[in-house]
Amino acid sequence: MEKTVNHRAWFLVLPVLLLVAFSAVIPLMTVVNYSFQDTFGNNEFFWAGLEWFQQMLNSERMWNALGRQLMFSGIILAIEIPLGIFVALNMPKSGFWSSFCLVLMSLPLLIPWNVVGTIWQIFGRIDIGLLGYTLDMIGIDYNYTQNALAAWVTIIVMDVWHWTSLVALLAFAGLKSIPDAFYQAAKIDQASRWKVFRYIELPKMMGVLMIAILLRFMDSFMIYTEPFVVTGGGPGNTTTLLSIDLVKMALGQFDLGPAAAFSLMYFLVILLISWVFYTVMTNLDKREG
Amino acid sequence: MEWMAWTWPTATFFMVIAALLITFSILAIKFPEAPRVGVLRIETTRGDRLFITLLGSAFINLAWLGLVGPDNQPWALAVCLVWAAAVFRWV
Amino acid sequence: MADVTVNQNAARGLSLPRVNSRAVVMALYLLFLLLPIYWLLNMSLKTNTEILNEFTLVPRDLTFANYATILTDPAWYMGYVNSLIYVTMNTVISLSVALPAAYAFSRYHFMGDKHLFFWLLTNRMAPPAVFALPFFQLYSSVGLFDTHIAVALAHCLFNVPLAVWILEGFMRGVPKEIDETAYIDGYSFGGFFVKIFTPLISSGIGVAAFFCFMFSWVELLLSRTLTTVDAKPIAAIMTRTQGASGIDWGVLAAAGVLTIVPGALVIWFVRNYIAKGFALGRV
Repeated sequence: MEKTVNHRAWFLVLPVLLLVAFSAVIPLMTVVNYSFQDTFGNNEFFWAGLEWFQQMLNSERMWNALGRQLMFSGIILAIEIPLGIFVALNMPKSGFWSSFCLVLMSLPLLIPWNVVGTIWQIFGRIDIGLLGYTLDMIGIDYNYTQNALAAWVTIIVMDVWHWTSLVALLAFAGLKSIPDAFYQAAKIDQASRWKVFRYIELPKMMGVLMIAILLRFMDSFMIYTEPFVVTGGGPGNTTTLLSIDLVKMALGQFDLGPAAAFSLMYFLVILLISWVFYTVMTNLDKREG
Repeated sequence: MEWMAWTWPTATFFMVIAALLITFSILAIKFPEAPRVGVLRIETTRGDRLFITLLGSAFINLAWLGLVGPDNQPWALAVCLVWAAAVFRWV
Repeated sequence: MADVTVNQNAARGLSLPRVNSRAVVMALYLLFLLLPIYWLLNMSLKTNTEILNEFTLVPRDLTFANYATILTDPAWYMGYVNSLIYVTMNTVISLSVALPAAYAFSRYHFMGDKHLFFWLLTNRMAPPAVFALPFFQLYSSVGLFDTHIAVALAHCLFNVPLAVWILEGFMRGVPKEIDETAYIDGYSFGGFFVKIFTPLISSGIGVAAFFCFMFSWVELLLSRTLTTVDAKPIAAIMTRTQGASGIDWGVLAAAGVLTIVPGALVIWFVRNYIAKGFALGRV
C-alpha cells in the first residue's frame, strides 16, 4: 500500500512512546547507572568504573552460562524447525480436521510457563511421573535431579513439546498461501515429492520460517521460568542458562553492579541479533513484493 | 530519581546519545535521507548507519576491555571513531 | 469441505495410503502433546495417597477434593483473581495505546517510523530477566510495589509492541480508499476511527486482545518479582508450594489445570489467527 508522508502521525504514536519509554528506557538507564557503581545497600553508591564489566568479561561463570545458552538454543532450533515443517506438511489442509489439529496444537502454547515446568517436573519423576516411571521400568537410568544429561534431555524435550507447534503453525500458514496451480504444474512435470518441497513449498515458506527462527531463537535465548521450575539450574550449574544466572545474581544475591553489567551485555547481544534478523526479514519482504 | 543513582559520567553518556539523536533528526528534516546500498548489500539510511555505528561501538569497547584491559580504554574510543567513519563511508 | 480435500489430494497424486501416513504422523504428534497434559489432569483427580503409593493410568478413586481446596481457600483463589485483574488491566492499556499507533504505522510515513518500529520489536525481544531488578527498584520508589497496576505496566514492556505489530498487520489489509471516502463524507478522524475503522478490524482487535491477555497470563518472572502479598499471581503461589518437603501434588496439579482453562476456552475462536498472533502479525 502506498503510504502518505504525514509527520503529524507522531501524535498517534506518542502514547506508545511515553508508555514504552517509562517501562523500557528508564529501567535501561538505571541498569547503565548501576553497572558503573558499587553499593552496600541503603541507596549509597560508589563509582566503580569499568570494574564490573571487566569482572564479567573475565568471569568463567558468565561465559559458561553463555555457552550453555547457545547450546540450548542451537539444539532446540535444530529439532523444532525441521520437526515443525514436517508436522505442517502432514497437517490436513482444510475442513474440520484442520481446525481440530490447530486447536489441539495450540494448547501447549497457551499454558503458563511455570505450569509447563510443573507438568514436566511431574511427568519426569520416576516415582509419580508417567515418563520417568516408564523409563525406570525399562531399565534406563533416568533422574533429572541428579544426572546432568537427563536434566538436559528433559528441558530440551520440554521446549520441543512447548514450542514446536508454533513453528508448525507458522509453516502451515505459509503452505496455505501456495496456490493449487503450483502443485498441478509440478504434477504435470512429474516432479518428485522432494522437488515439490525444495522448489515450491520451501521458497514460499521462507518468510514465515525466518519469523519462526527469529522468535524461537529469541525466546529460547531468554528462557527462564520453565527450566527453572524443572531443574532450578541444577544439578550443580549444568542447566543454569543466562536468565537463570542473571536472576540469581540480581535478585538472589542482590549484586546490583555485576548483575547490571551482565544485563547490559546480554541486552547488547539481543539487540545485535534482533537487528540482523529484522534487516534480513525486511529485505526478504522487499524482494518478494 | 535518587534510586536511579545518577552519576555525571553516565548522565553525560546519555546526553551525548540524546544530542546525537536530535542532531540526526534535524539533519533528516533539513536534508531528507536517501537510502543507499553499501558493502553490506542492505539498504541503509543515515539513521540506520548511526545505529550500526553505536551498536558496533558498544561491542568494540567491550572487546577492548576484555582483550586489552581497562588502562587505556580511551584508545577504544579512537577505534570507534574509525569504525564510525568507515560505516558512514561504505555501509 | 471434505470433498474438496479429497479432490485436492487426488489432484496432487496422493493416493490413499499416503493420506493414512499423514494421519499417523499427526496422531503421534498430538499424542506427544497431549500425554503430559493428560497426566496433569489425571493427577489432579487423584488423592495424594493414590498418587504416591500406586501407579494408575486413570484415577481409581475419582475425587474433586483438590479442586475444592483451591476454590474454597482465599489464599489459593485470590491468586487467580489477582492474575485476572492485572492481566485485564494490561490488555486494556496495551490496546488503547496500540490502536492509534498501529494506525499511524499502517497508513503514514513519518520521520523515524522504521526505527521506532524496530525499537518496539527489540522490547518484545528483551529478556524480562534484564528488567526484573530495575522494575523492582522503579516500582518500589514510586510506591506501586505489590499493586496490580505495577505488574500491568511492567507487562506493557512486551505486550504493547506485540499489540502494535499485530494490529498493524491487520490494518494493512484494510484498503486506504475507505479512509479517504470517510473523510470526504465529512467524518472527523475520531468519528471515522470509532464508527467505521474499528468495526472493520474488530477481528484484529480480538486477536490482539487475546494475545495480550495470554502473554501477560503466562509470564511469571516479572509478576513474581513485583508482588509479595496483595497482588500475588497464581503462578507465584504455585511455585511457593513447591520445594517444601511435603508437596501436595494433587492440589498443585489441580491448580495447574485451572490455569490452562482460560486459554483452552477461547482457543477455538482464534484458531485461524493463532499463527498471525504468534508471528506478531507478520503472516
